[in-house]
Amino acid sequence: MYKYDQIDQKIVNERVDQYQSQLNRYLNKELSDEEFRPLRLQNGLYIQRHAPMLRVAIPYGLLSSNQLYKLADIADKYDRGYGHFSTRQNIQFNWPKLEETPNILRELAEVEMHAIQTSGNCIRNITTDQFAGVTDDEIIDPRHIAEIIRQWSTFHPEFALLPRKFKIAITGSTKDRALVQCHDIGLEFFTNTNNKMTIKVWVGGGLGRTPIIGSVIKNELEWEHILTYCEAILRVYNLYGRRDNMYKARIKILVKSLGIDAFKKLVDDEWKYIKNGPNTINTEELSRIKKYFSEPDYKKNIKNNLKDYKSNKAFNQWLSRSTNTHKKKGYRAVTFSLKETGCAPGDASSTQMRAVSNLSDQYSFGEIRVSHEQNLILADVQEDKLYELWVKAKEYHLVTPNIGLLTDIICCPGGDFCSLANAKSIPIAQSIQDLFNDMDYLHDIGDLNLNISGCMNACGHHHVGHIGILGVDKDGSEWYQVTLGGNQGNFASIGKVIGPSFSAEQMPLIIKKIIEVYLNNRQEEEIFIDCVSRIGLEPFKNYIYTDSEVSK
Amino acid sequence: MTSQLIKGKNIVKDDWVISELAKVEEIVKMQAGKVVAFKLSGEDYPTSEQVKKTIFPDTGKILLPLKVFILHQEKLKERLANGEIGIWFSTHEEIHKFTEAIVDLNNFPLIAIHVEKFADGRIFSIGSQLRNKYNFKNELRAFGDVLRDQIFFLKRSGFNSYLIRKDRDAKDAIKGLDDFSDPYQGASDILEPVWKRSKR
Repeated sequence: MYKYDQIDQKIVNERVDQYQSQLNRYLNKELSDEEFRPLRLQNGLYIQRHAPMLRVAIPYGLLSSNQLYKLADIADKYDRGYGHFSTRQNIQFNWPKLEETPNILRELAEVEMHAIQTSGNCIRNITTDQFAGVTDDEIIDPRHIAEIIRQWSTFHPEFALLPRKFKIAITGSTKDRALVQCHDIGLEFFTNTNNKMTIKVWVGGGLGRTPIIGSVIKNELEWEHILTYCEAILRVYNLYGRRDNMYKARIKILVKSLGIDAFKKLVDDEWKYIKNGPNTINTEELSRIKKYFSEPDYKKNIKNNLKDYKSNKAFNQWLSRSTNTHKKKGYRAVTFSLKETGCAPGDASSTQMRAVSNLSDQYSFGEIRVSHEQNLILADVQEDKLYELWVKAKEYHLVTPNIGLLTDIICCPGGDFCSLANAKSIPIAQSIQDLFNDMDYLHDIGDLNLNISGCMNACGHHHVGHIGILGVDKDGSEWYQVTLGGNQGNFASIGKVIGPSFSAEQMPLIIKKIIEVYLNNRQEEEIFIDCVSRIGLEPFKNYIYTDSEVSK
Repeated sequence: MTSQLIKGKNIVKDDWVISELAKVEEIVKMQAGKVVAFKLSGEDYPTSEQVKKTIFPDTGKILLPLKVFILHQEKLKERLANGEIGIWFSTHEEIHKFTEAIVDLNNFPLIAIHVEKFADGRIFSIGSQLRNKYNFKNELRAFGDVLRDQIFFLKRSGFNSYLIRKDRDAKDAIKGLDDFSDPYQGASDILEPVWKRSKR
């Protein structure tokens, strides 16, 4: 993975000093609340229900074991012994003290980490495929360009105070796991007919209160122009994006109101005079970055001993759900579930963090990835060590075999923590997990994404969940709206609302009914989302809303 | 009174007078019960009535509102040649709509951009365009809600003078210029990105 040189380290250190000065001036009342707000936000610091929340960046979801150990230490020293992995592949601490935040940042800087641009109206953490570099359907490793864009976007002077937040995602595989169509800018890498690395550029996608699938602004962009082209897009957005209404300030609204063609024309007019300019990437820089992501020392001729454990049902369930194929023969990528029943989705205790660090050192070259589904991944595990790893990880409650299943719920912190939320989301996730605790039944239901957001800001990506749940506020009480048919990946779609919303108590029953309709209607091997696409919403609506228990 | 103007890295006396737009009654626009800040949504402002009513001194160095300058530019030729005329405009005004009406931006010794609110980052893109698209070479100034924590970004976006908000210490604000010593990306002050500037 990428390692800081003196230049990177200096920028992060200088940032800590700058932030310390800003905080001091705020505490000395030299900065007002309003003035401090954009400054603290650019540093991932939110003022929340109980305490400030600090969001720490995990660039494109990649961590070293050393860094994860540090995060565990920070959780113990400054927080309550746990952290929350977010859908943006970052980690959040929910209970730090405001005065101590500079110390946290100083400790993070020691392990090449920071909280730069993890919130605020600026370019946020770049996200990508959690299986980058190891998946067998990969065309180009997206981490190289992700790192180049990370550096370019860090303290980009022109885009420090945008109309609203700005998110960039990158994929380099045939199967998109980075949601590129749901981002402000989505970059889809491929090799063109001349065998050159090329990018299809999507713009104006997004979830939030107005979910929109992005439009293609450029079908083929040669890779060396990616920074200048992004610069042109961002300049147009910075100048013309709405600033009078924060709910209409995202680039998707601008693209939609101008139309993609008019927007593209403005972008091309800007690009014209910066194309081939100083920020054009050269092959030297690309190869310098590439070196950091060179293949680890993979072993050859690994003996596959998985047959020896054929009778161990729990292990095999885990094997089928929680391990992914690998480009190298004899290796797999392992996903540790942070979705055990009874835990808040995405939360990990410091004990778990240390265990994962330790296991990554033993089994996966000391690297960990965070997925936007809020799980942790060891990307390079030998197949002959899988059983051993499973046994050890089990002790730390990391092997719930529910990856990609109904209980692998994507969930925001919701009303328990977040001051924006209309409703709680974690208890809803937990009540659903409680109801579906039979692993055999879950495996029979098969692939299903259930996503929960506590408000329309959609941090839980409810729009693209096969089943989406959105917390809404009606006359001061919490209600939940259900959508069906959302999807992520190459065939991304936005879910449709099935009807009036439900109370928290009703939610597990509603999910149960949705599953019943699916099981009664599915054709052989048909997964949930395909069934919904085929039969439409009506059978679900009829079954749910005619029930007297529901429509009271 | 001490000066609030930073030029380069020093506090200097400000020898320019800013000509303010004539006050007219602003129509308060409401949408869904909330006041809409239409200056932020890009409507035509200042209005032509305001531009016509704006008066300014006949002598001395003066910063005129962009539209006021365009209205009077014929009779200002001599003063412009004497280096007495600069222009200012706000972040919502679109410079490209006026470049045809102006012979050469470099006839102005000073262009100033007014930023009404700290969080309005359009000023950075305006700076970048003036320097790189319109090749403006002279003094570029930010005024309005200009505070210590923006001026590093302003400097990198092509600005070289900063009129710090009245209630803040300009001396303290100078420190903001040095927040970062070796930035990653190429921008208007340092054109090359760090990987072209130094061996990494």
